[in-house]
Amino acid sequence: MAVIIKGMNVISDPWQRLEVGADGSLPPLPPSGDIIVPLVLWRQQRDDLLARPGRLGVWLDSNEDPAAIAEDLRLFGVVAVRIPNITDGRGYSIAYLLRERYGWRGELRAFGDVWRDQLFFLARCGFNAFTLREGEDPREALAAFGEFSETYQGSVTPPLPLFRRRHVPSPDGREGL
Amino acid sequence: MYRYDEIDQRLVNERVAQFRDQTRRFLAGKLSEDDFRPLRLRNGLYIQRYAPMLRVAIPYGLLTSRQLRTLAYIARKWDRGYGHFSTRQNIQFNWPKLEDVPDILAELARVQMHAIQTSGNSVRNITTDHYAGVAHDEIVDSFVWCELLRQWSTLHPEFSFLPRKFKIAINGSAADRAATFLHDIGLHAVRDAAGETGFRVIVGGGMGRTPIIGHVIREFLPWPHLLTYTEAVLRVYNRYGRRDNMHKARIKILVKALTPDRFREEVEAEWTHLRDGPSTLTAEEIQRVEGRFTRPAYEPLPGDDPEHAARLAAEPAFAAWAKRNVHPHKAPGYAAVTLSLKKTGVPPGDATAEQMDAVADLADRYSQGELRVSHEQNLVLADVRQADLYRLWGEARALGLATPNIGLLTNIIACPGGDFCSLANAKSIPVAEAIQRRFDDLDYVYDIGELDLNISGCMNSCGHHHVGHIGILGVDKNGEEWYQISIGGNQGLTRPGAPAALGKVIGPSFARAQIPDVIEQLIGIYLELRDNEEERFIDVVWRIGVEPFKERVYGGHHQGDERHQRSLAAA
Repeated sequence: MAVIIKGMNVISDPWQRLEVGADGSLPPLPPSGDIIVPLVLWRQQRDDLLARPGRLGVWLDSNEDPAAIAEDLRLFGVVAVRIPNITDGRGYSIAYLLRERYGWRGELRAFGDVWRDQLFFLARCGFNAFTLREGEDPREALAAFGEFSETYQGSVTPPLPLFRRRHVPSPDGREGL
Repeated sequence: MYRYDEIDQRLVNERVAQFRDQTRRFLAGKLSEDDFRPLRLRNGLYIQRYAPMLRVAIPYGLLTSRQLRTLAYIARKWDRGYGHFSTRQNIQFNWPKLEDVPDILAELARVQMHAIQTSGNSVRNITTDHYAGVAHDEIVDSFVWCELLRQWSTLHPEFSFLPRKFKIAINGSAADRAATFLHDIGLHAVRDAAGETGFRVIVGGGMGRTPIIGHVIREFLPWPHLLTYTEAVLRVYNRYGRRDNMHKARIKILVKALTPDRFREEVEAEWTHLRDGPSTLTAEEIQRVEGRFTRPAYEPLPGDDPEHAARLAAEPAFAAWAKRNVHPHKAPGYAAVTLSLKKTGVPPGDATAEQMDAVADLADRYSQGELRVSHEQNLVLADVRQADLYRLWGEARALGLATPNIGLLTNIIACPGGDFCSLANAKSIPVAEAIQRRFDDLDYVYDIGELDLNISGCMNSCGHHHVGHIGILGVDKNGEEWYQISIGGNQGLTRPGAPAALGKVIGPSFARAQIPDVIEQLIGIYLELRDNEEERFIDVVWRIGVEPFKERVYGGHHQGDERHQRSLAAA
């Protein structure tokens, strides 16, 4: 079983992620077990997926709109977002929208081209689970969550920008944090 | 100058540590070249033609003398004794060793500097008017707003991997000296009828391969909404900007594809969710940031210095310098001074470590320890007493920094070009020098009057050729360097209704050796056709169009060739 980082721990992953074939064909559903399915599969086989045993999750590609699952979120045990390439930053906005606009509170997982160097930003946008790319040591990567001790902007975590978290400034402008 | 607080400093230190670790992993073979590229590009480190190039951020172009001395130290210790001030108000070092970069960054952090987001597809250094805080026509001090946006954009978790780079400019005065219509976002401070401060929001301008004048998507954004509105623009861009073709990935292409109206609707729809949310700015936060800026302590002076006026009358060379390089100041008895980095024979924007140290001394003695980098690649001492101008001129002259050419033809903007940059199609520096040598008669250059001549070594247009009154673009034809010439560009208000203008190409490109002749021809036509001495080159181009210039240059091409042959024979 593969391992993921979840809640700052390295754990084995109970979920199996299904992929669309290179020719666009949809994968067969395994008879049991917890699965994360691509959006297209959820759209086409919704009833079958809800009827089968095991938990259900859905994953979005970076060009897919999280609004497409906004109404269905209560049906999922996990929502995952594929990061096709470290330079593709759309997943960060997808995560932000899922958390802030559509109210998703459960596991939000990043997978694909996920490096330790992105973890701090991904976590701030609301991801709380990570499947690292091959070759990354998840235990070593845990340190990346602490690379920065403060943030200027509000995002998902923390929601308030620094200027709303500061104590009342003293007269010389120095902060009393 | 904005002084870091403990958190500002800690974040910069932590970024140094993070980059040190990334460099260590690369050097240890744990990260491939391909892996390291997006990481180093988030920190201004390019691999160039001969060596890595490190771009250091000079936020909104403002520097202290202490910081400039550190830049000189870095140039001496880790580079070849000089640095290049860029059109983005930053400085670039062309010869550092990759393994030294973490130490260079640590040295920068000691003086509250960094290289964060000076490259890569992130929000870059926020630029502004180099006369911010001292201009007569000031509406707001743009430095404060630049710093607010600097903090907001620094290490932004959601907008660090945008489709392409993202440049924001803020202009705080009535006249637009920050080229706000030529940035991804331009913010122009305005006051509404009630006297409240806000910003005109301009989106989708830019130069590069597809030059476009930006579109106003909001005439008045009240200041508390600055961050939330910017966030809305960035989110729309991050989600919908093209990522399949890097040449079509800038926000200007998205704005054009959607149309400015549709783009505005998308932004406004996104903004309804953010408006009045926690990122809405407060008066306390503005005051806090304002309070962290050191302010020049102006002596109460009665007005213009009488001795200064007398010296101007007595010494023509001083008067010539003052006319071009000294600018009016809002405080009585003070002036802003431009130290020209455009001496003939020196690549535009280059300064040696010795010059940097000397300028730091000048800043300490004459301008309250601060200076600015202008996007025209010069250095500005913004707070000089008129009574000190004469002494300052003498010292600047001895340093080779008093070329009296600001606003004139020889104040050429040029990118590093093919001599250094691996993206360039052609060299820029030798072209600039050849033109400066051709126009070495100062009286002639004065007679020509105001003229912006900008040179870029490739379509990326770091030398801002699109907005030069005369623009020169290096192009590659079958592996050879050629140069395309355009005229009629302008970076600021051009005429009512035209906030900026893009130059028009006059025709087929030229060989490098022909360029000084062609420029001379263009100038000749202008001098013949101008109505009076007040009518600038650019005014004539707008009045009569490109055609007469084109006819002369290409009609008289044969002559140019002959002359070229003669000069070759003479050589």
